[in-house]
Amino acid sequence: MSNTDNGSVAVPAGVQLPIYMDNHATSQLDPRVLEAMLPYFTSKFGNAASRNHSFGWEAEQGVETAREQIARLIGATAKEIIFTSGATESNNLAIKGIAEMYKERGNHIITQVTEHKAVLDTCKRLEKYGYRVTYLPVKADGLIDLDDLKRAMDDKTILVSIMFANNEIGVVQPVAEIGKLCHERNVIFHTDAVQAVGKIPVDVNAMNIDVLSLTAHKLYGPKGVGALYVRRRNPRVQISAQLDGGGHERGMRSGTLNVPGIVGLGAACEIAREEMESEAARLIRLREKLKAKLEGALDYVHVNGSMEHRLPGNLNMSFVYVEGESLLMGINEIAVSSGSACTSATLEPSYVLKALGLGDDVAHSSIRFGLGRFNNEAEVDYVADKLIDIVQKLRELSPLYEMVKEGIDISKIEWQAH
Amino acid sequence: MAYSDKVIDHYNNPRNVGQMDKNSSEVGTGLVGAPECGDVMRLQIKVNPETQIIEEAKFKTFGCGSAIASSSLATEWVKGKTVEEAMQIKNTDIVKELALPPVKIHCSVLAEDAIRAAIGDWKKKNGVAESAPVHAVAAQ
Repeated sequence: MSNTDNGSVAVPAGVQLPIYMDNHATSQLDPRVLEAMLPYFTSKFGNAASRNHSFGWEAEQGVETAREQIARLIGATAKEIIFTSGATESNNLAIKGIAEMYKERGNHIITQVTEHKAVLDTCKRLEKYGYRVTYLPVKADGLIDLDDLKRAMDDKTILVSIMFANNEIGVVQPVAEIGKLCHERNVIFHTDAVQAVGKIPVDVNAMNIDVLSLTAHKLYGPKGVGALYVRRRNPRVQISAQLDGGGHERGMRSGTLNVPGIVGLGAACEIAREEMESEAARLIRLREKLKAKLEGALDYVHVNGSMEHRLPGNLNMSFVYVEGESLLMGINEIAVSSGSACTSATLEPSYVLKALGLGDDVAHSSIRFGLGRFNNEAEVDYVADKLIDIVQKLRELSPLYEMVKEGIDISKIEWQAH
Repeated sequence: MAYSDKVIDHYNNPRNVGQMDKNSSEVGTGLVGAPECGDVMRLQIKVNPETQIIEEAKFKTFGCGSAIASSSLATEWVKGKTVEEAMQIKNTDIVKELALPPVKIHCSVLAEDAIRAAIGDWKKKNGVAESAPVHAVAAQ
C-alpha cells in the first residue's frame, strides 16, 4: 500500500518515506562516526598488533582512543574494555567465560525470562554442561522482583545476568539495586546493556556492574563491533577466553582487531555521551506525543511495560482486535516491529510480551516503536495518523472488534484453535 | 514478508466485507480460528433455497495479510457456486492463487474450514444431510 494510492493520510512536508522507527533493531550510522572511521580503512590500515612500525602504532592509537571513549561513557577505565564482534559475542563470552572460570566456586546462574536469546540460549547450553540456571519471572510491568532475586541466590550462585533495558518493551531494570545485592553476596553481576548504553546514564561503579555487554550499531555506530566491560578491581573479574589464538585483548578475546569498527564505536560513544541528556529529553517528548495521539483516537489500545522505567525512545503498544502483521502491511513505508507470531518463522508470539502476562491474542496485536536520533516531530505526527487510519480500517474488518462492540464476551466463545 | 500482488490487492481492497443475518434460514455462518492463534475468520453464505446456489458471501477476518486475502478470495470463489461445488474448494487452490509462502499455508486451511463451517451451518438449519467430512490437508 503506497501513499499515493491510499490518500487518506497525506504525507506532510519534511517527511521522507520510508520512515525508520525501528531503532532497537539497529540504528543509522551517524555521519560523524563514518567520518572518524574512514581514514582507518585506507591510510591508517595497520594491524593494531603490529608493534614494530608506524602503521601498527597508528592503528593501535585509534583503538586506544576508542577504548577511552567507551570507558568514559560507562564510568570504566580503558583497560577494562575488551573488543568483540558485537553483543551476541559479548554475552556469550561473559556468561560462558565466567561459568568456566568460576566453576570451582559454584554452578548456579540467575537470569530472567525476558532476556535476549543471546543470553537465554547461552544459559540453556550451560545447563547441558551441568550448570543450574534460574530464570526469574517479571511482573506485569516487565520489572523483576528484587525479593525473587534474593530468594534465588544461594551459596552456589556465581553469576547474575540481568539486562539493563529490554529490547522489546524498553523497560529498564533496577540495575543499581541488583548490583548491590550481588556485591553483598560476592556474586558477579553481568548486564546486557546493549539498548541502554548511550541512551540513559550507565555507571559501572555506581551501579556495581562487573561485566557489561554493549554494541556499536545500537548507538549510531557500525555493525559487527561490540565490547565487553570486565571489572579489574573490587572485585577483579576473570573470564576464560572462548577463542584460542594470539592472546589479543589481554588474552580474553583473540583475533585481529576490527580497527575501523572500533574507532567508530569509540566515536559513537563520544557523541552519545555529549548529547545524551538533550537527546533523551527530545525522544521522551516525541514518544509522549505519539502515545497521546494514538490513545486519543483509538479505543482498546494499551502500552506494554512500565512507562516510568523505560528507555526514552521506546513505545510498545497493543492495538487489540487487530493483528500485528496486517497492521505492518498497512504501514509498509514505516519501519517498526511487531510481537505478532505472523512476522516470525516460529509462529509463536513474543515471549517477552507473554512474560508480562499478556494473552497470545494481545501479544499478536502489538507494535514496537523505536524512536531515535534521526526521527523528527513531523514523522511522529505522520506515523500516528497513518496508524490510526489503518487500525480503524482493520477493525472494520475484524469480527472480534464487531463482537466486542455488540457486547459479546469473546472470552466465552469456544474457539477452535488450529 | 514479501507478498504477491494478489495478496496485497485483497488486503487493500477486501471483497465482500460485512455480515448477514445469521438467524436467517438462507444464511450459513462459519466462525473458525482462535484469537490466541492470531487468526479468526467469519465467513457467511446466503443460499438460494430453490437452486442451492450461493448468491451472497460475506467475511470478516482478524489476522495477518494472508488470512485477510484468503478469506476475501474464498468469498469470491463461493459466490455463484452450488453448495456442493463450494465444498470442493481446496486450501491448495487458495495457496496457488495467492502464491502464499509456506509459513502462511495455515491461512488457506482456515479459509477452507470457514467455507465448510458456513455450509455445515446452512445444512443444519435446512435439514440437509451432512456429507461425509472431508478434512483439509495442509501441504507442508
